Amino acid sequence: MTAVAEQIGNWLSEFSAQAPAAPWVQKLRAAAFQRFTELGFPTTHDEEWRFTNVAPIARRPWRNPPGHPASGLPEEARRHLAQHAPQSNPFVALNTAFFTDVAFFHVSHGAVLDKPIEVTHQAAGGAAAYHPRTLILVGANAQCTIVETFEGAGSYFTNAVTEIVAGENAVVDHYKIQLESREAYHVATTQVQLGRSANFTTHSISVGGALVRNDVNAVLSEGAEATLNGLYLVNGSQHIDNHTVIDHAKPHGTSHELYKGILDGKSSAVFNGRIIVRKDAQKTDSKQTNKNLVLSDEAVIDTKPELQILADDVRCTHGATIGQLDSEALFYLQSRGIGKSDARSLLTYAFAQDIIDRIKVPELKDRLEKVLFERFHEHAQ
Amino acid sequence: MALLEIKDLHATVGEREILQGISLTVEAGEVHAIMGPNGSGKSTLAQVLAGRELYAVTGGQVLYQGQDLLAMPPEDRARAGIFLAFQYPVEIPGVSNMYFLKAALNAIRKQQGTDELDAFDFLNLVREKMTLLDMDQALLNRPVNTGFSGGEKKRNEIFQMAVLEPKLAILDETDSGLDIDALKLVAHGVNALRGAERSMIVVTHYQRLLNYIVPDYVHVLAEGRIVKSGGKELALQLEESGYAGLGIADEEEAVGKV
Repeated sequence: MTAVAEQIGNWLSEFSAQAPAAPWVQKLRAAAFQRFTELGFPTTHDEEWRFTNVAPIARRPWRNPPGHPASGLPEEARRHLAQHAPQSNPFVALNTAFFTDVAFFHVSHGAVLDKPIEVTHQAAGGAAAYHPRTLILVGANAQCTIVETFEGAGSYFTNAVTEIVAGENAVVDHYKIQLESREAYHVATTQVQLGRSANFTTHSISVGGALVRNDVNAVLSEGAEATLNGLYLVNGSQHIDNHTVIDHAKPHGTSHELYKGILDGKSSAVFNGRIIVRKDAQKTDSKQTNKNLVLSDEAVIDTKPELQILADDVRCTHGATIGQLDSEALFYLQSRGIGKSDARSLLTYAFAQDIIDRIKVPELKDRLEKVLFERFHEHAQ
Repeated sequence: MALLEIKDLHATVGEREILQGISLTVEAGEVHAIMGPNGSGKSTLAQVLAGRELYAVTGGQVLYQGQDLLAMPPEDRARAGIFLAFQYPVEIPGVSNMYFLKAALNAIRKQQGTDELDAFDFLNLVREKMTLLDMDQALLNRPVNTGFSGGEKKRNEIFQMAVLEPKLAILDETDSGLDIDALKLVAHGVNALRGAERSMIVVTHYQRLLNYIVPDYVHVLAEGRIVKSGGKELALQLEESGYAGLGIADEEEAVGKV
């Protein structure tokens, strides 16, 4: 058997052993598994996966713990589930073939939620594969905040897919907090469909995991606004890959994107930001920025903006920077009595500050400030 | 024992020797002005004393309170009472002035065996010192020097000095770029901090500052050496005859020279 067939073989026996779900879910699963067997795991020959080698995920025979098969989902969930996230992504196909229960939220038309929707995934290790599936429908003129948190202990594989559909004029503030165990593999796709004049903001904070790939894809209707912010911290031998696609499908859309990375040790990170401006998406206004702070000589960052502009009356800017701690600023702090390692952690923290400042959920902001503070102290030693 | 003793100090940056044998003794409570044309080594001397690693010390010795200053990292020098007011204060986005100053003050207090100040006492201290320099309290919550005007940056340096209360303050061209009102304000702040227990080294290109901060001694630096020392009248002499009157070439760029 070839290596690829062997990898698929393990998944096939796991797939056959699944408890049956509702017929319509079963149909989705079968089609997705078929798709996955055709695609196989990506390799670094695939442009989308050039800098991220998923072989450590592909070669392990993961166990898929039984869950509660999706049932009782209402008609509107059936209309949207697995209709948005790209099945061309093998991990999305794998999730669709293996998800069990679905976290489904429907914020009805005009509703304004004053508390965040919190979805926390706690993984237990033991060489298990988890396929969390989340579907959030936000009605027209509705407003909500969503916090997705990923945590765990030991070695496991999280393969998450979240689909968010925001209706006309809806306002959605989304956070994805990735605090997985340092032995964990984490692959996640967040797919967002924005209705006319909808306003969507997401913060992707990625701190944990051994090998991490985040995909955030947003499709904008006329007059929609999307803000994609991200912060990734890597040290040791961690690898975190952030791929984003902002698809301006219709005119008058606005997008802002700011991703910041802090790299130390022998870690590596990827930022790949694609912005598509379709032919009739005139008057699009789009700005993308990626900034990286590299604290060691051995860390590697690959950053790549990809602009595909088919309209002619648009404004699109992008920029990427890679830098070290400012030696003048370090000296300035030291010259005031602040020790070198404290000065380094203070400056590292300051680099991340503007992303943290934009977090609007106070408890989350406090928690992340603590996580980052501890992490930067570790960096500075 | 003198507070500071510099003996035959040599320092280079890259291949270039900038300090070529400086000797200077500063006693407690004295104010020394160091004047000199551009490129004479004034700022290098200030930075070497504060511990900037950019410069390599290739010879000589510096004793501070009898200790080998050059063996100390910059933060230890600050904790021992040395303060450098930067010629070009550094902008640090993301770190508030307040947080920065509190961290600095508490690091110094800890070293000196005094208790860290709590938020209330710290705020009182800071307010008092801000009044001295007529500074807007809103600056406290802004990131360090970020978006400050040139004058605000220089005032912020002297404000920090007022809070940190050093034993030896080194002012590196604190007057450059200031209009006369700002200059008076800064000088007033500096003069308020003069005392028997505080020495100062005032580095300047222009005599003007010394009308407001009157030094005990004036030294003229040229090509990395002190070529002339005297009392405060030496500064006035320089004002009249220029550096050329002492036979010193001023390397100032021709751009904008009138």
